[in-house]
Amino acid sequence: MSVIDQAKNAAEFIEDKTHEVSFDKLIWMLRQKRDEAALQVPEWEQLRDLASAIKEHTLANLGPYLELFEANAKRNGVTVHWARDGHEHNQIVYDILKSRDADTLIKSKSMLTEECGTTPFLQSRGVKVSETDLGERIQQLDDEPPSHIVGPAFQKTTEDVAALFSKVYGSDPNKADPVYLAHVMREHTRPLITEAKAGMTGTNFAIAETGAIVTITNEGNADLSANAPKLRICSVGIEKIIPNNEHLAVFVRLLARSATGMPITQYTSHFRAAREGGEMHVVLVDNGRSDRLGMEKFWPSLKCIRCGACMNTCPVYRRSGGLSYGSTYMGPIGIITMPTFEIRRYSELPFASTLNGSCTNVCPVKINIHEQIYAWRGVMDEKHQTPSLKKQAMIIAGKLLSHPEAYRIATQSTETALKVLPRFAIYNHFNVWGRHREVPAPANETFHEWYRKNRTH
Amino acid sequence: MDTREYILANVRKNQPANHELPGVPRFHRQPELLVSEFERSLKYMAGEFLASPPSDFAAYLRENFPNAKTICSAVPEYAGDRKPEDYRNWADAADIDVTIVRSPLGVAETGSVLLTENQLRVNTIGFLAHDIVILLDPKDIVENIHDAYEHRAFRESKYAVLMTGPSGSADIGGKTVHPAQGVMTLTVVMWPAEL
Repeated sequence: MSVIDQAKNAAEFIEDKTHEVSFDKLIWMLRQKRDEAALQVPEWEQLRDLASAIKEHTLANLGPYLELFEANAKRNGVTVHWARDGHEHNQIVYDILKSRDADTLIKSKSMLTEECGTTPFLQSRGVKVSETDLGERIQQLDDEPPSHIVGPAFQKTTEDVAALFSKVYGSDPNKADPVYLAHVMREHTRPLITEAKAGMTGTNFAIAETGAIVTITNEGNADLSANAPKLRICSVGIEKIIPNNEHLAVFVRLLARSATGMPITQYTSHFRAAREGGEMHVVLVDNGRSDRLGMEKFWPSLKCIRCGACMNTCPVYRRSGGLSYGSTYMGPIGIITMPTFEIRRYSELPFASTLNGSCTNVCPVKINIHEQIYAWRGVMDEKHQTPSLKKQAMIIAGKLLSHPEAYRIATQSTETALKVLPRFAIYNHFNVWGRHREVPAPANETFHEWYRKNRTH
Repeated sequence: MDTREYILANVRKNQPANHELPGVPRFHRQPELLVSEFERSLKYMAGEFLASPPSDFAAYLRENFPNAKTICSAVPEYAGDRKPEDYRNWADAADIDVTIVRSPLGVAETGSVLLTENQLRVNTIGFLAHDIVILLDPKDIVENIHDAYEHRAFRESKYAVLMTGPSGSADIGGKTVHPAQGVMTLTVVMWPAEL
């Protein structure tokens, strides 16, 4: 697969001012709401420390915790499966469905099944898969992947959704009202839920001590996916294990506040065993996680609880759109996880960052995201994955910055050149920075020149 | 090596150095009135709050849910038209207009109420109904989420949900709107269990 050119994709996204502005506004609003919510909890920073320490402890003892979870889930009558990769996961799910003649499946939002490509796998084998999360359903109807891990359709404006629903459901195309559109969605999705033969959800947390699966949702669709049909399948990334309910409390207090600024989601649901007369399956999925656990610099990314706060605060994400990353996980958390799946394909992503560190500051589990982004740049360089233009520029910059005389000559001559060169010469092919921005007006003198004039020693 | 063995072996080989598991404080602030804190939090999540049982509950339901034809009651306090057990096929509960159920636990910090299969009996009555009215003894309100997770239901129930306000979604435009796939309205009535 070819290398994802995030910068090029982002350039295409911002060509359209309407979407650039509305996306930036929406995503920044989420960041502000997160700040307000955090300020209302005096122990917020202590909760972040606890969450980080609980995750680090669990990952350091993941083998025993996985076995404990498995034993308790089995004791509850749950069937536990293990999948090494996305394909194994999809095959297990398909085999369960096929052996029970379940040809209709309702799903609630799950990033893991996005990662595994579960829906296309099942659909190509004759299973009718319906997403029941509003955002995920919008993306499914428009045949697009999620643009945000919390709100998959955030890249679409309300007008886009009105037009889409009008095309698919025949609703009023001119009624760009979220409440109306939510009603349209409910009316058309309800029958899919009540008639489905099987339901599938992802997992926010898996509790080792009780064997329970926890889902955190707003819409009630995970609870319906799990309770309306008798057959329920649940996909769990192996890093989702936490020790017990005492620890779960810390994450429940952090997750929704970090994601949307709400104190909690409408449904915090705990599934310990199958509903009466039903059966419950859990598929524990590795898909590269156990390898990442051994990466000295990168294993802390496994602490992620998928709140999206790092994305909401990232200036590059907000101005690029989520689809520009061409990946399941996007924004800062995507940058540090996607190269573990496919290094060549995602080799450009670590450069889609200003390294301002805001992602690290808002992360509820204190992942050192910006340090990992920087470390990934080093890996790309070592593995010769850095694009040649970027690499040459870095070599020249490195030489200039280590030789003060050369640096002064270069800055002076650049300031002079910027004043006299025609526009086409400044905004040339090599000026990546200037492709979408104006170069700042040149200063009349460099700092060094000013300093020499104004200071004697 | 089968998949399970492979994953566990690879995990064990790659586990980072041990980190201590911290104890979790309860973070109590001891608000004087848990009920008013609960009310504030519930309303923030678009839930409705009733400070005491209506003197005539049937009249209250008629007045507040004038179009309701099917009322499913899972509580002894009110007969209703249906019992949860009437729904042999759990998906059929979609014809319920109003579900009435008692919660064994409320959380002041968030305005959440706990429901499990012990109260719902048919779990879908809590989601497929148009509206839900939840009875809660004010004595069953705890201060925060840390307290809530000490409830035995989270260790013993097959299914336990902390339900907070009516179903909603912020997927269009980032602001929460109602409804989504669950109930359209959620009302919590302070109703002591011994009455």
